[in-house]
Amino acid sequence: MSKLAVWKLASCDGCQLTLLDCEDELLSVAARVEIAYFLEASSARGKGPYDLSLVEGSITTPDDLERIGHIRRVSRHLVTIGACATAGGVQALRNLADVREFASVVYARPDYIKTLDRSTPVSAHVPVDFELRGCPIDKRQLLEVIGAFLAGRRPVVPAHSVCVECKARGNPCVLVAHGTPCLGPVTQAGCGALCPAFNRGCFGCFGPMESPNAAALNALLRAAGMDDDALQRVYRTFNVTSFGGSSDA
Amino acid sequence: MTHKTIRVGGLTRVEGEGALLVRARDGRVTDLQLKIYEPPRFFEALLRGRAFTEPPDITARICGICPVAYQMSACQALESACGVTVEGALRDLRLLLYYGEWIESHALHIYLLHAPDFLGYPSGVAMAADHRPAVERGLALKKAGNELVAAVGGRAIHPVNVRLGGFYRAPADLTPLAGRLRQALRAALDTVEWVSGFDFPDVEHDYRFLALRHPAEYAILSGDVAVSDGTAFPVCDWPRHVVEEQVRHSTALHARLDGRPGYLTGPLARYALNAPLLSPLALRAAAEAGLGRVCRNPFRSIVVRAVEVVHACEEALRLIDRYVPPDEPAVPVAPRPGVGHGASEAPRGTLYHRYRIDERGLIAETDIVPPTAQNQARIEDDLRAVIEPRLGLPVARLTELCERAIRNHDPCISCSAHFLDLALRHD
Repeated sequence: MSKLAVWKLASCDGCQLTLLDCEDELLSVAARVEIAYFLEASSARGKGPYDLSLVEGSITTPDDLERIGHIRRVSRHLVTIGACATAGGVQALRNLADVREFASVVYARPDYIKTLDRSTPVSAHVPVDFELRGCPIDKRQLLEVIGAFLAGRRPVVPAHSVCVECKARGNPCVLVAHGTPCLGPVTQAGCGALCPAFNRGCFGCFGPMESPNAAALNALLRAAGMDDDALQRVYRTFNVTSFGGSSDA
Repeated sequence: MTHKTIRVGGLTRVEGEGALLVRARDGRVTDLQLKIYEPPRFFEALLRGRAFTEPPDITARICGICPVAYQMSACQALESACGVTVEGALRDLRLLLYYGEWIESHALHIYLLHAPDFLGYPSGVAMAADHRPAVERGLALKKAGNELVAAVGGRAIHPVNVRLGGFYRAPADLTPLAGRLRQALRAALDTVEWVSGFDFPDVEHDYRFLALRHPAEYAILSGDVAVSDGTAFPVCDWPRHVVEEQVRHSTALHARLDGRPGYLTGPLARYALNAPLLSPLALRAAAEAGLGRVCRNPFRSIVVRAVEVVHACEEALRLIDRYVPPDEPAVPVAPRPGVGHGASEAPRGTLYHRYRIDERGLIAETDIVPPTAQNQARIEDDLRAVIEPRLGLPVARLTELCERAIRNHDPCISCSAHFLDLALRHD
């Protein structure tokens, strides 16, 4: 039976929780793969090597930098899950600031803090076989990825924009119809165009689509009332390392 | 003189990552540290300069297990700074969203994280081999909670529909949720019966409890802060009563309440302070489970969680029944400079937020006190009580008992980044 491992670095637990949130599929997944290492769900620690490792979280400490090397060595396939692992996560806002100053805001003794200056995606340090985006990831996409790697094929995960999902869902365009600022035109699909379905503009949880045209969108966002600061903030939230520069496009 | 060191490296079946270090000498525990090695993420720093509307989305990312708790404490703190109160159908929707989170989070903990301890399995999935109907019931219950969060909030993890003043879109009709919730209510009642039959170690601790208290509700969304010694204060007085500080023997920051360390927040505290306000079926289930008026046995917290799931299902059904869509999905919230405090009852305990908004409508200052930061000192006390009389046991057995004592409190270590500094001491 194939062995699955789930690892956590700097993150909120939400992406690995997505696996436990597959309530209808969890027991049948567990019948087909050995969930060998998953600290959040099991005290059993099955030995590696693992056929598939799912890694949640970004690299922010010297220990995790070492750990990711170990994880790569014991994993046949390594898939990163979520905005932290694929783009540094919201904690990568430190990359735009002085991390020591950040630490001094939160902690009485910042000298005790063992942390790196930057929060980086896993792919900055080791080869990654597939990156699954989202803050959090989508559970249908997660099941597709697990199934694909077990079957030895590439996962079918679209790289087009949220706009395509909006049209498929029949959502009116919140940007055109209501003038609501929306990152849908430059954001990768995967959520099912969730925010526009709730009359809200997309805020980019899934990171940039393939070849986004941020310059064209930014003109529309400015026309919808966003000033430069607001524009910068919306791109610099959950996918800082991949989306962060888009406000200057 | 005999020395003994117990190390549990990598606690399992808790949310987030931590470890435990115990040192003993001559039958006494000389040092005990519940170590948190979650990497710090600096939320309080990175929120500075963000728009006053952003903390509900950003702080949700502190915890994927209880994002609604973060959103609700953040919204209420910021609304209070702006002089806005959310009432009526919008408040009902918030409650409904929060009940959904209680159901999914408690079902996760009861069935996948905690019950395996009582029945002797490494995980809920392994337990399913012999207890399949029970695990399936737990997963169905969890799913019902997630569906409720998704129906009101847009998705189960990091809901997108929450905003200051209410929601982006109010649901037109909630009645389609009622069928599944009625099934969930039955499953919750069966859960109370199931877990109350577990074999509980005969342990009681003299806990000092802290929970929100509301005059008309088993407090979840809002209320004053109540303490079991009779103290009560409004949420805006929190900083005067709860102070986090360093203690010499440990690398962990401990919350002190009115000058004394070690108090407990979470299901046992809520039950002790608010039980008479539970829904009728939850009260009956608690009585049948033999919980008594106050429960001081941390192992029995699994029964209290199950009772709270009954309450959440029954109350959610009541709210769905009386729901009339509001005229607007949100009340307007205009920024104004000032400070706001907010607290709500996350599944694992009281979650406090404070924000200062500046003249430009940006966040100038944030303080977040998560439940696990408050419980850490008390969890260490529980551990000391477990270990000291059993120092002769083999280390593997003691380790297992310690892990169980920690899981009793459903610690969410990801949420606890706040006090990480002290756990990550360089030697």
